[in-house]
This record gives sequence, structure tokens and C-alpha cells, in this order.
Amino acid sequence: MSTTASEAEKQGEVAGIRARRRARVAWAFLSPALIVTAFVALYPLCDTLYLSLTNTRLASEEPPRFVGLSNYVELVHDGFFLDALLLTVLFAVITVMLELALGLGIALLLDARFKGRSAVRAAMLVPWAIPTAVSTQMWKWMYNDVYGVFNDVLVNRLGLVSEPIAFTADPRTSLAAAVLVDVWKTTPFVALLLLAGLQLIPRELYEAARVDGATRLQAFTQITLPLLRPALLVALVFRTLDALRVFDVFYVMFGSRPDMQTLATYAHEILVSISDVGYGSAVSTAIFLVIAVFIVIYVVLFRRREA
Amino acid sequence: MKARAMARRGIFGMAVLSLVVYLVFPFGWALVSSFKTNAELFSTPARFWPEHPTLEHYRHVLANDDFLHAALNSVLVASSVTLVSLAIGALAAFALGRYQFRGRSLVLYVVLSMTLFPQIAVLGALFQLVNALGLYNRLPALTLTYLVFTLPFTIWVLTGFLEAVPVEIEEAAYMDGASPLQLFTKIMLPLAAPGMVTTGLLSFIAAWNELLFALSFTQTPDKRTVTYAILSFSATTSSAFEVPWGQMMAASVLVTMPLVLLALVFQRRIIAGLTAGAVKG
Repeated sequence: MSTTASEAEKQGEVAGIRARRRARVAWAFLSPALIVTAFVALYPLCDTLYLSLTNTRLASEEPPRFVGLSNYVELVHDGFFLDALLLTVLFAVITVMLELALGLGIALLLDARFKGRSAVRAAMLVPWAIPTAVSTQMWKWMYNDVYGVFNDVLVNRLGLVSEPIAFTADPRTSLAAAVLVDVWKTTPFVALLLLAGLQLIPRELYEAARVDGATRLQAFTQITLPLLRPALLVALVFRTLDALRVFDVFYVMFGSRPDMQTLATYAHEILVSISDVGYGSAVSTAIFLVIAVFIVIYVVLFRRREA
Repeated sequence: MKARAMARRGIFGMAVLSLVVYLVFPFGWALVSSFKTNAELFSTPARFWPEHPTLEHYRHVLANDDFLHAALNSVLVASSVTLVSLAIGALAAFALGRYQFRGRSLVLYVVLSMTLFPQIAVLGALFQLVNALGLYNRLPALTLTYLVFTLPFTIWVLTGFLEAVPVEIEEAAYMDGASPLQLFTKIMLPLAAPGMVTTGLLSFIAAWNELLFALSFTQTPDKRTVTYAILSFSATTSSAFEVPWGQMMAASVLVTMPLVLLALVFQRRIIAGLTAGAVKG
């Protein structure tokens, strides 16, 4: 009896040693990634937070001082910042709604089997693969107030408007112009994501629903939407976070136009062009906070509905 | 009944056709525009098809040293960051996919949250870091900082790949006396090759498309990447007042074509990688 017990103990000990050795090997394999991550992400993140509490300026004679929350107090009174905040949130809400709706439509369309489906799926990657900076230039050319193809169609071919529209210069159309570029670029991603979700839904469910006499609309609301929920949530979260940090489209389309700054272009302007690292870091941190607020809203919203 | 079915097919066909037109029109229009003479580009009403197709804009772009520098820089930066993140990422994915240890889920959690990380949130600190390391206006600054967005994604997808390898393969290797490192290089790496192709492509494309860091950490024309160079096109070529749209479109086509071709050739892999990265989250 006692011998088997001590043997079991010994075996347990051996297993423990083996587990510890395996853990050490695992950490060794992980270490390069951890070091790089700490160096380019975790440390800079903490450093940005710290810098936002100082008056650090690049190439300044004075040593930086700790100034507490005064950068954040300044933010709340900074009209440019508040405008950028409003524009960014507006942009995020509009684009995410459009992208989800359009993406769902495209996913449903491509869920059907038809000739040439894989060619269409390939075409979906074209907007996604083009660098945003480049596609924004392509759209700017189409938006051009004199020679652009949009004005050509609207004025010369259809006669819908009498005067060409300066889409990217007119404050009334500027936001819409940026929204269209973003929707064009990222809807394929949403559609592919939702399509992957759709293809996980067993076809038998639809068969059964049809046998039970359900209409197409009923099948959609009772089967498709509930089962697509996880994919829809992932798309919603991904797109929201991406839209809140939008930079390329606005920077390329509007440059430093004061009424068309997003949080990210404003932070970049202050950090790089003005070299006010302290205040710019406060703007960066504010973007982080805005994103956190959205995540909290989503968590609260979707937890409740689940209960 | 038959007529209704045909009508339905017709509507479906129209929907698919308009989708394809919507997806490819902006690129197609840039392509067509790049072959037009200036006279055709700047005429109203616009001409849809170039009557006298010309390579003049391409000749200008390819004779532009700044543009050639930018293309070379983008190739260098995108391939170096892809190689580094594949190497480091595969090691990490091996640990996360094949070992159970304390802190594993914490590491995975950090990796996942980093894939959603806003680059702008670290811009200030990275700007200082780059300056402190003496890397400002040098390409390694981009290789280093681009790891912020390529590495987490690479680890995440490769971990999924390595988790799926049956445990019997691993046991057989250990029975044969293989060390963990041999197991990794001789067995796991080859098995993860398809995943490496996918993540490699995605990180190459992400690095090629990046603008914010390129704009912030480089300055002189010989250090710019293509996304940065395409912005300064209007300022450096021809007159300062008129945007050389023909050259701009030719340059746009040139820097986009490799990516579009990559995406089309590897579409299955890319779609799988894109959705795997997201569906799991």
C-alpha cells in the first residue's frame, strides 16, 4: 500500500517537474514576442499616458514638468478638439450603420449559389487591398468639381443638377464624401465576415422552416438574424473601433482644413507638426477613452438583451 | 410561374452586376484615366474611353526618382516587417498553441486586445522612442513600429493553426527524441506553412498601406513610402497649382496593382485569414 502511494507521489512529482519544464520552454519561445510587444506597445502606451500629464515639447530647451491634469482641462475647453470629437463620432456612427446594412445585403446575395460567385468574391478584395491613401486620391479625382466623373454624370448626362458640386470642398458634402470612401473600402470586409457567419448556418433549418410554412421574411428574422448575431457583433465592434481612429481618409482628402479634423488627425497635427508632445498625448489618450466608452456601451447593450 | 422565376433571376443578376461595378469602378476609372492624354482628362463632357491611349503618364512617373525611391522603400519596409513578425510570431504561436502554462490565457488576451489597438494612442511615445533611438527619418523606424499592428495578428492566426495540429504528431516526435526546438523547426513550421503564407500576405498588405507612422517618422523624399509619396505628388511635380491627375492615377495604379494581383491570386487564403482573425475574436 505504502509503496504504491509513494510511487504515485513520485509520479505526481515527476509530472510537476515536467509541467514546470514545459512552462519554461513555452516562456522561452514567447520571449522575443513579449520583448517586442513591451517595447513598441505596452511601454509606449504607459509613456503616452504619463506624457499627457506633462508639458513635454520636442526640441524644447526647458526640461518637461509634471502638470497634472491641466492638459485634460485644456482639452475640455478646446473648441477644435470638441469639433473633432463630434465629427469623429458622427463619422463612426454613420459609416458603421451603412457598412453593416450594406455588408449584410452583399453577404446574403453571395450566400446564394450562382455561376461566377468566386469571381465576385475576388472582386470584393479590390477595394480592401488598395491603400486608403491611394483610394482616397482615386475618389478625389472622381469627385473633382470640374473634370470629375460624378459631376459629369450629374450635370452633363443626367441633368440632375445645373451647377457642378465641389464635393470635397463644400462643407455640406464633405462628410458624405469621406463616408462614401470609407464605406466603399471597408464594406467588403464586413460582407466577407458576415458571409462566413452565414455559411455556418445549417441549410436544414431553412428547409424545416419552409416545410412549416414560414415566409422568407420569417426565416430571415427567426433563423438568419439570431444565428448571425455573433458575426454581426464582431463586425460591429471591429468597424466601430476602426472608424473612431480614422486618419487616412480625412488627412488625404482635407489636409489641415480646420472644420474637417478627426481625433486622430488632430492628435497627429499637435504631436508632429506642432511638436507639443504633452498635449498631443492627452488627445491620444482621449481617443482611447472614447473607444473605451463605446465598448462599455456595447457590453451593456448586448448583455441586457441576452438576459 | 416561369415568368416570375425569370424575373427573379433577372433582378438577382442585376444586383450582382451592380455590386461588381460598385466594387471595381473607382479602380477601373483610375486605370482608364491613367491612359488618357491630358487633353482628354481635362475635357468636358468627360470621355469614358481614351481615344488616343498614351503611356505618357507612366513614363513620367517611372522617371520620377522620388516615386522610385518610395516604391523601393515600401518593398523594403513591408517585407522586413513581415519577415520579422513571422519569425517572432511563429515562435510565440508555437508556445501558445502547443503548451499549457500559467499566464497563457493572459498572454492571448493581451495579443487579442492589441489587434484592436489604435495606433494613434502610442504615436506620441513612439515619436519620442524613435527620436531617442536615432531612427527618425530612417526606414528601420517603420519596420520597428509597424510590428505594433502586424505582430499581434500574426500570433493570433498562427496560434489557431498550430492548435489544430493533432497531438499524436507531437508525441511521435518526442518519442523519436526530438527537442522542442527540433519539433518546432522540423514539424510545426512546415505544418504551419499555409498559415504563414496567409498571415505574411496580410501583414505585407497592412504595412504597404500604412500612412500615419510613415508620415510621422520619416521626412525627406528619399525615405518616404508609397502612401506618403502619393500625397506629395501634387506638390513636387509640374506646377504647384494644378494637380497632375494623369500622373497621380498612373502612380496609383502602379502601387496598387501588385496588391490587387496578390489579393486575387491568393483570394481564398486571404479571405480565410481575414475572417479567422475576426470570427474567433
